[in-house]
Amino acid sequence: MTCLFRSGNRNRLTLAALLPALLVAGCVTINIYLPAAAAEKAADKIIDEVWQLKEGGAPAAAKPAPGETK
Amino acid sequence: MKLFWSFMLCAFAVLLPAVNAHGQANLEINTPAIAGLQRSMQQRHAQLAPYYASGAVGLTRDGNIALRDANAVPLPQRQQVNALIAAENQDRGALYREVARANGHPEWETDIRNTFGQRWIERAPPGWYYQSAGGTWARK
Repeated sequence: MTCLFRSGNRNRLTLAALLPALLVAGCVTINIYLPAAAAEKAADKIIDEVWQLKEGGAPAAAKPAPGETK
Repeated sequence: MKLFWSFMLCAFAVLLPAVNAHGQANLEINTPAIAGLQRSMQQRHAQLAPYYASGAVGLTRDGNIALRDANAVPLPQRQQVNALIAAENQDRGALYREVARANGHPEWETDIRNTFGQRWIERAPPGWYYQSAGGTWARK
């Protein structure tokens, strides 16, 4: 690797240009994929809402059957 | 020159986690379309819940629901259950599409569907049926 740096100014310049380019590419690459943790969090939020898992702390399965009123 | 490279390396090392953290930020789910779908599914859930509990309807791996045991549904109600399942799957499909679109990545739809598929099953209460990795039905 050190040979590369010593082999002239041009190579150094190429590398100097390459590194920031890699950095930018890294940012773009990460945004291409769905962030897994964020997706799970979003899913859980929506599931809580649809299944009413957070209301009163009682899970949906423990709720009385529809038609039955308290 | 050595100093320059050290600096670049440090900058990269410092920036990388920051970029990662940015990627892990919350997904946008507060749009009128998503709220409407959520409401519609929440209302339908009151009708579907007894069928989940009886095992007539199960959760599939692809984030949908399906009729698992038609015999668990009395004949007169079968048509209604099928209609409920079809409507629910339509809403779920629209939900996954909307979440992907709300975040500016329509191509994420399948990944979002898979994530939801896992989470619905993970969060399901005991007794409900879900499709296991092999495709067979399992009970929580």
